[in-house]
Amino acid sequence: MAMQESNLLEMRHINKFFPGVKALSNVDFTLRKGEIHALMGENGAGKSTLIKVLTGVYQSDGGEITVDGKNVAIRSPQDAQNNGISTVYQEITLCPNLTVAENMFIGRERGPFVRQKDYKKRAAELLGELGIPARGTQQLGDCSLAVQQMVAIARAVDMKCRVLVLDEPTSSLDDKEVNVLFNLMRDLKSRGVGIIFVTHFLEQVYAVCDRITVLRNGELVGEYLTEELPQVKLVAKMIGKDLEELKSLGEVEEKKSDIKEIFYEAKDLSSSEARPFDFNIHKGEVNGFTGLLGSGRSESVRAVFGADKVTGGQVQVNGKNVRITKPIDAMKNGIGYLAEDRKRDGIIADLSVRENIILAAQVMKGFFRPISRSEAEAFADEYIKVLNIKTASRETPVGSLSGGNQQKVILARWLLTHPNYLILDEPTRGIDVGTKLEIQKLVLKLAEDGVAVTFISSEIEEMLRTCSRLIVMRDRNIVGELTGADLNEAQIMKTIAGGEAANEKEV
Amino acid sequence: MKKKSKSIFQGGLGQLTIPVIAIALLVLFNLIRDPSFFSIGITHNNDGNAVLAGNLISIVNSASELAVLAMGMTLVTAACGGQDISVGAAAAIAGSTFVKVLKSGGSISGLTVLAAFLMACVVAMLFGTFNGTLVAVFKIQPMIATLILYTCGRSIAYWINGGATPTVSSPILTGIGSFIPGIPIPTPVIIVVVVAVIFRLVFHFTSLELFTQSVGINGSAARLNGINVTGIKLLSFIILGLCVAVAGCIGVCRLGLINHETLLLDVEMDTILAVAIGGNSLGGGKFRISGSIIGAYVIQMLTITLYAMKVSSTDVKAYKAIVIIILVVIGSPVVKSRFEKMMRQRQERKVPVTAKGAK
Amino acid sequence: MKKSKDFRREPLTDTQLLMTITICIFVGMYLLAMLIFKGGFLHAQQVFDMLNDNASLIIVSCGLTVVMIGRGIDISVGAVTSFVVMSCVLYLNKGGSLFVSVLIALGIGLAFGIVQGFLISYLEIQPFIVTLAGMFFARGMTTILSVNPQKAAHEGFAKLRETKIVIPWLGYIAKNGKLVPARVELGVVVALCCLLAVFLLLMFHRLGRALYAIGGNPSSALMLGINVKRTRFLSYVISGLLSGISGFVFMMHTGAANATNAAGMEMNAIASSIIGGTLLTGGVGNVIGTFFGTMTLTTIKKIVVSSGLNAPWWQSITTGGMLCFFILLQSVVLSQRARKKKA
Repeated sequence: MAMQESNLLEMRHINKFFPGVKALSNVDFTLRKGEIHALMGENGAGKSTLIKVLTGVYQSDGGEITVDGKNVAIRSPQDAQNNGISTVYQEITLCPNLTVAENMFIGRERGPFVRQKDYKKRAAELLGELGIPARGTQQLGDCSLAVQQMVAIARAVDMKCRVLVLDEPTSSLDDKEVNVLFNLMRDLKSRGVGIIFVTHFLEQVYAVCDRITVLRNGELVGEYLTEELPQVKLVAKMIGKDLEELKSLGEVEEKKSDIKEIFYEAKDLSSSEARPFDFNIHKGEVNGFTGLLGSGRSESVRAVFGADKVTGGQVQVNGKNVRITKPIDAMKNGIGYLAEDRKRDGIIADLSVRENIILAAQVMKGFFRPISRSEAEAFADEYIKVLNIKTASRETPVGSLSGGNQQKVILARWLLTHPNYLILDEPTRGIDVGTKLEIQKLVLKLAEDGVAVTFISSEIEEMLRTCSRLIVMRDRNIVGELTGADLNEAQIMKTIAGGEAANEKEV
Repeated sequence: MKKKSKSIFQGGLGQLTIPVIAIALLVLFNLIRDPSFFSIGITHNNDGNAVLAGNLISIVNSASELAVLAMGMTLVTAACGGQDISVGAAAAIAGSTFVKVLKSGGSISGLTVLAAFLMACVVAMLFGTFNGTLVAVFKIQPMIATLILYTCGRSIAYWINGGATPTVSSPILTGIGSFIPGIPIPTPVIIVVVVAVIFRLVFHFTSLELFTQSVGINGSAARLNGINVTGIKLLSFIILGLCVAVAGCIGVCRLGLINHETLLLDVEMDTILAVAIGGNSLGGGKFRISGSIIGAYVIQMLTITLYAMKVSSTDVKAYKAIVIIILVVIGSPVVKSRFEKMMRQRQERKVPVTAKGAK
Repeated sequence: MKKSKDFRREPLTDTQLLMTITICIFVGMYLLAMLIFKGGFLHAQQVFDMLNDNASLIIVSCGLTVVMIGRGIDISVGAVTSFVVMSCVLYLNKGGSLFVSVLIALGIGLAFGIVQGFLISYLEIQPFIVTLAGMFFARGMTTILSVNPQKAAHEGFAKLRETKIVIPWLGYIAKNGKLVPARVELGVVVALCCLLAVFLLLMFHRLGRALYAIGGNPSSALMLGINVKRTRFLSYVISGLLSGISGFVFMMHTGAANATNAAGMEMNAIASSIIGGTLLTGGVGNVIGTFFGTMTLTTIKKIVVSSGLNAPWWQSITTGGMLCFFILLQSVVLSQRARKKKA
C-alpha cells in the first residue's frame, strides 16, 4: 500500500503484547479522508486493542502511526486529542457527577477559567443540532445510558476532530437513535472527517461504511470495499479458515432431542432487571437465549440463578417447589452460572488457579468444612488436565492467565460443583478460536452426561452448533422459541428482527 | 489499579519481603550501632520472679497490643478494602467495661476477671457490629463509618467510668499485664502467641481466609459464587472487636488502671501502618496475618531503637515517619515497575534480540 | 419547545442536594437553639465567637474538601498546623520579622503539600499512609522544636493579634448597661477569604472542575484528556498550603504554641467535610457545605453546653451521634436517588 495523499491515518506494523497473549501482531490499518471505515472481527480479534493503541490508552509494543503523513507518538488520550483523534467508547467514559455541558467541554478548556455560561450556550446549540434529548444543565448521571452515549458523541463532534473513532457506540441505542447517529456520521464524512466504526451489527456496517478492515486473532485479514464484500464472505473472513472445522463439528455432533424429564421450570419469574418470563429446561438439553445486546437475555438467566433481586415467580427444580433468591440457593439446587463479564463477575484475579477452581465447591460444602490443601491441589490438577488449562502452575494468580484460560478456570470451578444445570453466559467471548471449540465440545459432552445447559453467545453460528432449542428475546421479552428445522440463521434473524413470531411456542 | 507484574523482590518470601527486609535492616543497624542492644539477661522483678529482660524482650512485650490489633485489622482491611480507625477508642471502651465489672464485684478472683473479660469482649463485639453494619449493610466507607466511634468512643469510655480513672490491683491482673510467677516470658507475649494460634486454627478449620480474600478482591464475583459478602464483612469487624477487647484488657492490666484518654492512644494509626508494612494492600484482597504481626514488631523495634538512641518519646514520630516513607516508596508499584524495567533492559542488552513480529 | 426547556427547573445535583440538606439542618438547629436556650444564641457575637474559635478549622476543612473531592484523604493537616504554629512562634521570639514568619508558614505548608502530593500521585502510594507519615513527621518535628509551650512575645505580632474588626451595631447591651460591640478576629477574614478562593477555584477554575471529574470517575477523566496525576498532585499542594495558612491563623487566635495544638483537628475537618456533604468516594462536595458543616459541629457543642449536659463526655458523644445521623442520611438519600433514576 503506497502512501497516498488522501490517507488521513496510517497505522503500520502495530504489535501489542499482554502477559500471556499477543493481542496484536503486525497489524496495518489505513483511514482515508471522508470515509467511514468499519473495523470488524470476532470478540477477541484485537479491534478494541487496536483502537486503544490509537487513542493512547495502551502503548504499542512496536509499529508506527502517521496522521496526515506525519509520524506521531501517541502516549496518552491527550496526545490523541491533540492529533485530532476523538473517541467514543462502548462504555461511557464521562463523569456522572458533572453536568451534561461540562462533560462536553471539560479537559479541553483554553485558559485557566471555566466559562460555564458559554458552555451552557454551546451545549444547548449542539444538543439541539444533534437532536439529543438532554439539557446542558442536567447532571449526566441522571440521563439514560443512550443519552450519555450521545453526549459523548456530541463531545467528539464538537472537537473538530479529523479522525473519529466509534467503538461499538450503538449497543445501547435504539433504532431511532442509531439513525440519528448515522445521519451525523454521514454529515461528518461529507466534511472530510475519517470515521472508524467498530460494531457487532453487520447491517449497520452495510448501511454506512465504505470500507471494511477485518482482524482475526490479533492479525490483519484484509481491507475490502464494502460493495465488494458480501455479508457471507465477511462472516467467513471474520471466522476464517476455521469455518470448515466448525462446520464439521456441527455435523459430527448429532443433536439428540429425545424428551427427558424437566429439570428446571420457572413461571412468571422476574427480577429487578428482568421482566416476568416462563422458562424450562430438560435434563441433558442444551438451550440458548439469543437476542441483541440489551434484549434481556443475560438478565433472564441471572434471574434464574438469583443473581439479581428476584421479585416474583414460581420455580420448580426436579418437580419440587423451591425458592431461589440468592446465588447460594441456586447452587444448592444444582445450578451453576458462568457470568457474562469474566473480569467483573467471574475471576478473583489475585487468587491462584487452585483457589479459583475450588471456590464454588467450597461455598457449597460450607464455611466450617474447608477443603483441605491436598484435596484442593488434587482437584486443581485434575481440572487443569481435563480442561487443558495453560498455566505455569496451579498457584499462579488467575489474573495473569490469558482470557481463554481464565474462562476455563471458571468453567472448572463450576464443573467441580457437579451441577445438574449449568448456565453459561457468553463463555466464549474474547477468547481464541481453539478454546472456543473446546468449550463447545465440553458443553455437548456435559449434555450427553445428562447435565442441562443454557448457552448464551453473541455468535449465532456457535449457538446453532450447540443448542437444540433457542429462546429468542427482543426488548426484554421472549418473542419466540426455535427448535428442529427452524434452527437456522435466517429464521433467528427474522425472529430477532420482529414481525411474526417464527414458531408457535412449544414446550 | 492493581499491580500485576511479579516483583523481583518477591523471591520466596512473597509479600513478606518488605517487613523482613525492614527487620533485617533494623537488626543490622543496631548490631553496628551497639551490639549490646541484643543482650538478653535474667533479672528479678519486684515480686522476686526470675524474668527475661533486655531490649528485645521489651520490644516483643510492648508490641503485644499492636500485634493483636493488627491481626484483626488485617482481616477488616482484606474484606472491606478500608480500615477501622476506631480501634483505640473501642479498646478504651472495652478496658472501661473490664474495669467496671471488676469494680462492681467484691474481691477480684480468677472468675471475676474472666467474667469481666467476657463482658469486655461482648461490648467490643457490639461496637464492632455497629461499625460492621455501617460498612457492610449501608455500604459506607470503613474510614468514614468508624470515624463516628473514633470521635465519641473515648468519651463513652469516660462515661462508663463515670468520669473517673479508677485503678484496679490484683495479683491476677499483674500476672496478665506483666509476668506470671515462674514463667520468665512476659504474659502479653504469650497472649499474642495464643491469639495468633487461634487465628491459624480458625483459618484451618473454616474457609474464612478464602472467603475474605474473595470478597476483598472481587465482591461481585464472590457474591455470584454464593458467598455472603455482607456476612463476611460484618464478621471481620466482629473478629476485630474481639481483638480490640484483648488489646484493651492487656493495656488495663499493664497499668492497673483505666485512663480513657491515654489507653492505646494513637494505636489506630500504628495498627494500620503495621498492616501496610506487612505487605498487605490497604485496598483489600490478599492478606497475610503473619506480615501484619511482623509489621507490628517492625514498628516497635523502630521505636525502641530510637529510644535507645536517646530520642525522646515525643520526637520518635518524626523519625518513624521517615522510615515509613522509605519503606512505602520501596514498595510502591511505580518504583518497582521502573526498577524491573531497568533490570529487563539490562538483561535484553545481554541477549541479542531474535524475536520479530511473525507475519 | 425551547421555551419550555428554559422554564424547567433542573433537579439538584448530588452536591447541591447534600449541601442544601446541611444548610437547612444548621439553620433549623440554630433557630431552635435561639427559641429554646435564648441567652447567647440571640446575640450576633455567638456566631462570631464560633467563627473566631474555628477559623483555622474552616481553613483546613476547605483543604480536606478539595482533596476528598478528588478521592483522596489528607490526615496531616492538624499536625502541619501545629508544626507551623510552633515554628512561627519560635521564629518570632527570636526576633524575626512578621512578614518572614508568614512566609515560613506558607513554605512549611507548601513543602508538605508538594512532598505528599508527589508521593501520592506520581508514586501511587496510598494517600492514607503518606499523609499519616506526614502527620507523624509534623508532630515529631513540633516536639523536636520544643516540648514546652511557647508564648509569642513579639510586638508586631501582638499588635496584629489585638487587631479586631469591631461592629458596634451588631453588639448587645451587657448587664451593666454598656454596649458590647461585636468583635471579629482577623483570622476569620483570612478564613473567609480562603473559603471564597477555594469556592471559586472549585467552581470556575479548570483545576477544580478536573478534580470533580477525577472524583466522579478517574478513568473517564483520563479519557477526557485531563492530566489526572497533575491534578491530584495540585489538590494535595492546595491542602498543604491551606494547612500552612491555618497554622498562622491558629497562632493569631491562641498567641502561643503548644505541642498538642490542633490535636485531632484532622478528624474534625473530615467530619466537617462529611457533614457538609462531601463524599469520601469523591466527586461530590462543596466548600460552602463544609463551612456549614463546621458551624453545625460547633453549634451542637454549644447546644450541649447550654442544655446543661455538663459532663465532659457529652460533647463528643453528641458529635458522634450527629456524624452518624448525617452519614446515614446521606447514604439513604443517595441510594434512594439512584433507585429513582433506575426506575
